[in-house]
Amino acid sequence: MAKVTFDEERCKGCGLCETVCPKQIIALSKEKINLKGYHPAVITDQEKCIACAFCATMCPDTVITVEK
Amino acid sequence: MAEKVLMKGNEALAEAAIMAGCKYYFGYPITPQTEVAAYMAKRMPKIGGTFLQAESEVAAINMVLGVAACGKRVMTSSSSPGISLKSEGISYLAGCELPALIVNVQRGGPGLGGIQPSQSDYFQALKGGGHGDYKLIVLAPASIQEMVDLTFKGFDLADKYRMPAMILADGTMGQMMEPVSLELGEVKEYAKPWATTGKATHEGRNIINSLSLSPAQLEEWNINRYERYKIVERDEVMYEEFMMDDAETCVVAFGITSRVAKNAIMEARKRGMKVGMIRPITLWPFPKDALKKAASKVKNFLTVELNMGQMVDDVKLAIDCSKPVYFYGRTGGVIMTPDEVLNKLNEIEKGEAKQW
Amino acid sequence: MVVFEKTKGLTDNQLHYCPGCTHGVIHRLVAETLEELGVTGKTIGIASVGCSVFSYNYFNCDMIQAAHGRAPAVATGAKRANPDNVVFTYQGDGDLAAIGTAETVHSAARGENITVIFVNNAIYGMTGGQMAPTTLPNQVTQTSPYGRDVTVVGYPVKVCEMLSQIDGATYLERVAVNNVKNIRKAKQAIKKAFQNQIEGKGFSLVEVLSTCPTNWGLTPKAALKWLDENMETYYPLGVYKDKYKEEK
Repeated sequence: MAKVTFDEERCKGCGLCETVCPKQIIALSKEKINLKGYHPAVITDQEKCIACAFCATMCPDTVITVEK
Repeated sequence: MAEKVLMKGNEALAEAAIMAGCKYYFGYPITPQTEVAAYMAKRMPKIGGTFLQAESEVAAINMVLGVAACGKRVMTSSSSPGISLKSEGISYLAGCELPALIVNVQRGGPGLGGIQPSQSDYFQALKGGGHGDYKLIVLAPASIQEMVDLTFKGFDLADKYRMPAMILADGTMGQMMEPVSLELGEVKEYAKPWATTGKATHEGRNIINSLSLSPAQLEEWNINRYERYKIVERDEVMYEEFMMDDAETCVVAFGITSRVAKNAIMEARKRGMKVGMIRPITLWPFPKDALKKAASKVKNFLTVELNMGQMVDDVKLAIDCSKPVYFYGRTGGVIMTPDEVLNKLNEIEKGEAKQW
Repeated sequence: MVVFEKTKGLTDNQLHYCPGCTHGVIHRLVAETLEELGVTGKTIGIASVGCSVFSYNYFNCDMIQAAHGRAPAVATGAKRANPDNVVFTYQGDGDLAAIGTAETVHSAARGENITVIFVNNAIYGMTGGQMAPTTLPNQVTQTSPYGRDVTVVGYPVKVCEMLSQIDGATYLERVAVNNVKNIRKAKQAIKKAFQNQIEGKGFSLVEVLSTCPTNWGLTPKAALKWLDENMETYYPLGVYKDKYKEEK
């Protein structure tokens, strides 16, 4: 099963991953704030992930690990 | 006795560098040091070394930095305006704590100046040139044999203390021919575990860097470097004393000027004047203690330089202004005659000279 | 099975770049390449001056920090001293195309067997958004507050086009990192630029169009679009020189 994990403390909340996700299942968290003070990206519906790794490819901060 | 060969200063220096294990030379043509580059261009390919004529002095000194970072012996040479261009890189070498040899065959300045001999880059070599808190080991040859010996020594000191060294020669030293011995002994190898040779070859990552945005850390780096400078000042001072036993006037001169002064001193002695000389061979570390010791015995100091008065300040500082210090200099590429120096000595003796 | 994870070509240090700055993507592509080619142990990277000044903290190999614009000269020395090592520079547009133009042109002319990664984001980032040699006509920056007036300050420098006229250059390609497709192409170009060096083919430069959301005054998302609409039209993507392909 496809699985995406975010190293939330590395995230700067730029949202570039959100823009490239074909399934639109990534969003910046409205509740969480990391140590850097950013709203980190989170996955909203893991089930729909197809492990395309577009998000990880676009992420400038190597926040994302993708497994299948 | 070692066999001697007649060599031009610039070429003798270049050969000495090769004998010191330098296999990398980067330069840019400029009178009166171009023969160093031409000699290296001929020799380096034959010994499996690298000669590269860079696009500028700025590029050349940074190529030097690249080789030095990789732990190999490397040099560049230029003349005054070119050294100004290299000053940025010299500061980086000092900041990165990298050994390298820089040769300045000085000519008249400022600006484009002239192409005749000068010592007017003393301040540049000794008091900065580049930015920041740093020192260069500065060696001042007064013969072609010393061009050879001090080049060999310069590489050794640079490696030993992990800092750049400079040969502060002048147009006469570069262009003059004298017989020299090239028997220089063994090259001492220094371990360079800090060199960037690929992390597979050492523990962890090696980073050659002079940047720190932390003031506390940068201060610590500078303080540590100055601790090392103290050791250089303690252990590596070189100077020559000439007829100082009974001297009442001490001439201070380096490089070609010391040879002019020597002739003047010998003439003065014939006339019964008690004159001697202290000739700094290392301009940094400066022979402060020797001068201080002399100050307790002599009545006067006369500094002779091919400039408007530069080292004379250091002489006054070294002796804490405890004795009168006089100055005689010519500049712009003009070299004084022994008679001119003798005249100055006469003026001093008669009390007609003005102190510096 | 892991499909994607952080490359070991990068250290664990967190990048200091602003949110959404694509420097991070380019760092990762270089680092992945070093890892995939198995050369991190024998690579010497040359950091430049500008936003990427701290790249020595990120690339997991030996690094030398060079003076502004001088990285290709430092790389020349390092490569000549250690021809078996892989030597690359990572430079921005101010560093490579303004103060370091001579070093860039002449290292290419000499055909130095090095790899140059050239990050073009049309602005000086580290100093707070001044006009770069690659700032577009009419682009507003801190030092072109009314827009770059080409009648006063002249035109941007097109580095790949310029270097393509130099016989010594082996491989020149311009890529971008503003979408997944372009990022994949950029990776191929970077990999080729390193492979060329390993094969002794000479000077390779990859110009990477990158974003600077902070100093462009745009959101990270809008910056990707701005790159697409403005930079790519002035700086067309593609291979500008491939010496070995030509000779086939």
